[in-house]
Parts: sequence; structure tokens; C-alpha cells
Amino acid sequence: MYAYDELDRTLINERVSEFRDQVTRRLSGELTEDEFKILRLQNGVYLQLHAYMFRVAIPYGTLSSKQLRRFAHVARRYDRGYGHFTTRQNIQFNWIKLAELPDALADLAEVGIHAMQTSGNNMRNVTSDQWAGVAPGEIEDPRIWSELIRQHTTLHPEFSFLPRKFKIAITAAEHDRAAIKIHDIGLRLHKNADGETGFEVLVGGGLGRTPFIAKTIKPFVSGRDILSYIEAILRVYNQYGRRDNIYKARIKILVHELGIEKFAKEVDEEWKAMGDVGLTLDHTAIEEVRSRFSYPAYEKLPHMPDELKQAAHDKLFERWRKNSVSAHKVQGYSIVTLSLKPVGGPPGDASAEQMDAVADLADKYSFGEIRVGHEQNLALPHVAKRDLPALFKALDRLGLATPNVNLVTDIIACPGLDYCSLANARSIPIAQELTRRFANHDTADLIGRLHINISGCINACGHHHVGHIGILGVEKNGEEFYQITIGGRADENAQLGTLIGPAVPYAEVADVIEDIVEAYLALRDRPEELFVDTVKRLGVEPIRERVYATR
Amino acid sequence: MPLVKQGRLTTDLFVHVADGAELPGDGAVLVSAERFLADPQALLRRSGKLGVIWPNNRNLDELVPHLDRLASVALVFPTFRDGRAYSQARLLRERYGYDGELRATGQILRDQFVFMTRAGFDAFEVKKDADADAFAQTMKRYSVFYQPTGDGRVTALNRRMQLRHSESAGQ
Repeated sequence: MYAYDELDRTLINERVSEFRDQVTRRLSGELTEDEFKILRLQNGVYLQLHAYMFRVAIPYGTLSSKQLRRFAHVARRYDRGYGHFTTRQNIQFNWIKLAELPDALADLAEVGIHAMQTSGNNMRNVTSDQWAGVAPGEIEDPRIWSELIRQHTTLHPEFSFLPRKFKIAITAAEHDRAAIKIHDIGLRLHKNADGETGFEVLVGGGLGRTPFIAKTIKPFVSGRDILSYIEAILRVYNQYGRRDNIYKARIKILVHELGIEKFAKEVDEEWKAMGDVGLTLDHTAIEEVRSRFSYPAYEKLPHMPDELKQAAHDKLFERWRKNSVSAHKVQGYSIVTLSLKPVGGPPGDASAEQMDAVADLADKYSFGEIRVGHEQNLALPHVAKRDLPALFKALDRLGLATPNVNLVTDIIACPGLDYCSLANARSIPIAQELTRRFANHDTADLIGRLHINISGCINACGHHHVGHIGILGVEKNGEEFYQITIGGRADENAQLGTLIGPAVPYAEVADVIEDIVEAYLALRDRPEELFVDTVKRLGVEPIRERVYATR
Repeated sequence: MPLVKQGRLTTDLFVHVADGAELPGDGAVLVSAERFLADPQALLRRSGKLGVIWPNNRNLDELVPHLDRLASVALVFPTFRDGRAYSQARLLRERYGYDGELRATGQILRDQFVFMTRAGFDAFEVKKDADADAFAQTMKRYSVFYQPTGDGRVTALNRRMQLRHSESAGQ
């Protein structure tokens, strides 16, 4: 965990009082709605279909139990008793009253939580691997760098009014859980031939109506230079990114229009011209931030404790363990994913009661720490294996032990037309229907890893382009239709999905998805061949034929 | 429009002169980049102070050779959501060493004062009187800064390292 010091806390409180002043000026009419809009967006406040929506940052997906309890408090006191975890390590509250927002922010600030730059055309919440610091085989804990970049990008005097939003993600593991290739800047921590730690820097990824996979702009930038290099990218973007059309304003379009070589050259020239501007991170600076992270005092525990052996005959426990429990870098410990995708439920929602209960379980079993991943699930990152059976029972009672992590019902979805003023179509009811269709866990196990992503409009908050199966809601003659793509992925082999056929009406989406899965089961080489690998091997055509033959 | 300079409401000594309009014989004037570049020497020969309004999409390279003879550079925020002039301001101050008046014009609200000051602006054509009146108060709003810029404010990281250093020295 990163512990905020007096300076971090002061800054957050200063931001709360600034926002309180902005709300007061809006309520008194001193600020027009047009002016206020930009200011509230800088602090995570959207105006949605029914109410203001409030997006709060969970930087690099790390939370303490105290912070999670405070989310529960905000949900209860200012909202309708629940919150929604997003695909970018944020939590959203959907029913906040404008006049109460400053108080909600002040309550969050007491535990070091803020909403700075969770929306608006600025540098957004920095995201990372939800298993950072505990995943086996990591180069080093990417949160140190995430925190350095979080600080550097917070209230940046030059880059708070960019052409468009700007998202940075960091990974330090071989398997990319942070989806860095669909970010404006993706950073992959690795060591060069001399053993020095640095980053492969990718740029220009993003979804929306013109999706791009990020390209490598520099294979290695040393850790000490990473802030100045990011600054150079941002400066080129701030000056030359398009501002005439919001759909062409992301850095991905600039990179695409200039070409990666030309863009890289511009950045390099700026970087060289910058000289020493106090951004170099020497050893002491890095250690200063590193020293503010605390790690659990792990016990020396056996690889296979008796409790686990005894529980092995419990079929429900075993199914959950195989699905939701992952290897930890320390022997005797595990990483446990808590599915927020119950059958029939909206993906990523958690009630205040669940949040409080998870906070208690984190205190009891995970050194008080909780993680949030872009798949809209939670994780307890340090669970002793001997505690797994007891934890399972507790989670099951809370409805948080659905054994569907990474399976067909672990659906990523945006809020869609049920909440969002941009949406063309509903997302949540589609997700709910699909979880009912595939409610049988044996069937889901048989299908294997399969990510379904749903977006209610072209803005792609549900990341449909990179879903193994992507579902995009569109409007056709006043009705909800859905375009379906297959073969996308968001990991280290990131790729955009391919359209499988004509859009289908709301009522037929679940049938089509079932048919796609049927086709895959019939076509796969062997049970271990994942859905995406079958699509990669065969292309879209054989699946299209089977699905659309009778339509 | 109220002008805030060096932290205080001030009478604006500069007159904005439109392209084509006649220049006053003396006194400080602000002219467009186009008018300035058409004949810089003639304008610089005038007895009054000269300032140039530089658009936010124009390369600074054309301006840089003249910087040491200009009394003011006015950068433009056509709307406050267009942040290009922040980069221009930092480049002028931090890379090209410009130390004359750096003026923010356009849609200037109090909510930008801290950012603008940190980027190097020291004069502000503020849109609303209430915002101009609130300048000093607004500048006190923040006491912690994460990024190093040319304004010399000490960053949080440096304050922490200084603290650590003095703590270990005291032991």
C-alpha cells in the first residue's frame, strides 16, 4: 500500500475546497453550465440521464479496507446503496446530488481518496496490473512507477486542458493484465541488456469510434528518464493534437496521421530540446516513493496446508479454487479474485453491504488490502492458502464466489442506456441475459476462457473491440441493434475483433452469442484451444457460416 | 476587462490595436503577430512599448529572435478548454528565457490562475470582475505542487527529500 503523507493529504483537501467553490459558484449562477461542465469533468462529475454521476479514482487499483468502507459509506449516504466498478480502476456512483458532492468528496479525502482527473480532457487515473507486487515473475512492483506518474500527472499546469482525454497504463508482468496496448501511453517495465530497469513505451492505442492498437515509440526508456519522456510526448500532443473535431482529437489520430516514425521524431526532438528540467528521477527520488509503499509481513507457510487438503473433497470449493485462486509470488499465499458478475446481476456492481463485508474479509485474510481490476472484479492479494476454505464460505454467503472468473459470464459492460446519456442501446440487460443463458458452471468450464465485452455506443467504454466476443449497441430507426465482433483481445497480443455479420435486434443477441459459442465448440481443435485461438486459426468465416446459415 | 498583474488589479497601459487601425504616436500597444511580423523593425522603432499577441497555433520560432525587445507577449485562450498556450508559455519562459510580461488573454477564469502562474504567466486579462477580485485568494488555494516548472515552486518530492535529509542530519 502507498501511504499518503501530509503533502498528498493537503493537496487533496485543497482540491476539495476548490471544487466546493466551483459548485457554489454554479449553484449561485456565477458560473454558466458550459463553464461548469469543464470544471466538474476535471473532477469526475458527469451529468447522466437521471442524475449526476460521480467517478472516483482507485489509482493503479489498490485499496485499503478503510478506503473500501468509505466507498460503502458514500454509497449509503449520498447514493442508493451501491457503486459500480469500471474498466479503468474507478468506482462510479450514479445518483449523487450536486449540492452534496463536495461533502462526499471531503468524506473520501479523509481516507486519501479523490476524484481528480477521472474525466475531462486531461491525464486520467493511472492504471496498472491488479496483481502488481504479488504476481510471480514480475520485473518489479509497477505501482512505484504508477505512483510517481500519478503525482506527476495530478493537476499538471501544462497538460490539464489537452485536446482530449489521455490514459496511461503500466504493466511489469509477462502477461499484460492492464491492457496497455489500448491506452494513449502504455508502459511495459522490463530490463535492458545491461540489467537496467526501464520501459518499452507504446503510444496511440485507444478504442472509441476509430480503434487503434498502440505502437512502440521507444523500445527502452530508462526509469530515470520516464517522466521527461512522457512530458515530451504530452507537449507534442498538446500543441499538435487536433482540436477541430472531438472524434479526431485523441493522440491515436495524431500518431496515425503523422505515422509513428514522424511522431517519434517529433517527440525525440522535443525530448532532446528539453534538457534538464528537474524531471530526472535519480535513485533517491525513486527510493523516496518506494519507501512509502508497505508490504505485508508474510509468514513462512507450507505450499499445501492441511486445510486445503481437507477441503479438496468439497466440489463447490474446488471449482471455485480452480477458477478464482491464482498463484502468489510468496509460498503459502494466493491471490483471490472476487467475481462481481453474479448470474443475473449487472457487471461490476457492489452493494454497500458487500463493500463493508469485503473490507472485513480483507482485514481478516489479506492484510487489509483489496485490488480492483479492469475486468470489473475485485481481488484479495495476500490470502494464506490455509484460509481459502473459510474465505470461500464467507464470499459465497455474500454472493461473491461465482466461479466464473475469465469465463463466458465474466462479462465487461458499460452502464449503457440504463444510465448513460451517450448510449444508443442497453448493455446491462444483455449482460444479465447472457449470464442466465450460461448459468450452468459446468458448461462455462467446458467452454473455457472467453471474454465478452459490451458497449452501449461507439464510445466503447465496455471495450467491445477487444472482447473475444464484442457486442456494440447501435440505434437503427429508433430501435436497439447490436453489432457483434469476434477475435479481439486486450492482452500482450492485443487485437481488434472482426465483425461477424449484420447487426441483430435486442431480442436476438443472446441467441446469436449462444450460436457463436456452439460453433466454436464444434470447430475447436481440442478442449484446450481457447475461443480466440480457434478464431485466429480458422478466421471468422467458418463461425459466420454456422451462425448466420439459418438467419 | 480587468487586468491582473503581479497579483494585483492594475490599469492596463497597453492598448490593443486592431490590424489596419492607426497606431498611436507613443504609448504601449499590443499588435497581432501578423502585423508585427510584416515589419518588426518599424514597430520596434516606435517610442512606446510593444507587445505581440501570439496565436496558440503559431510556431514560436518566428517570435523567438525578437523576444528581448518585446515588452509583452500575449498568448491566447480562445476558450478555456484549449490549453495550447500553456505549452507556449512554458517554452517562452523556460526554454527561451523570456522575462518580459507574459499575458493570458481570451476566456480567463479564476480556475486557471494557478495553472497559468505555474506555466509562467504574470498578467491576466480576466473575463469576470469577481474572478479578478478573487485573484490573491485563489492563488493561496494550493500549497502543494507535484511538478517542477519554471516558477521555482518546490515540488512535493523535493520537499520530502529535504525533510528526509534534515531528519537524518539531526540524528
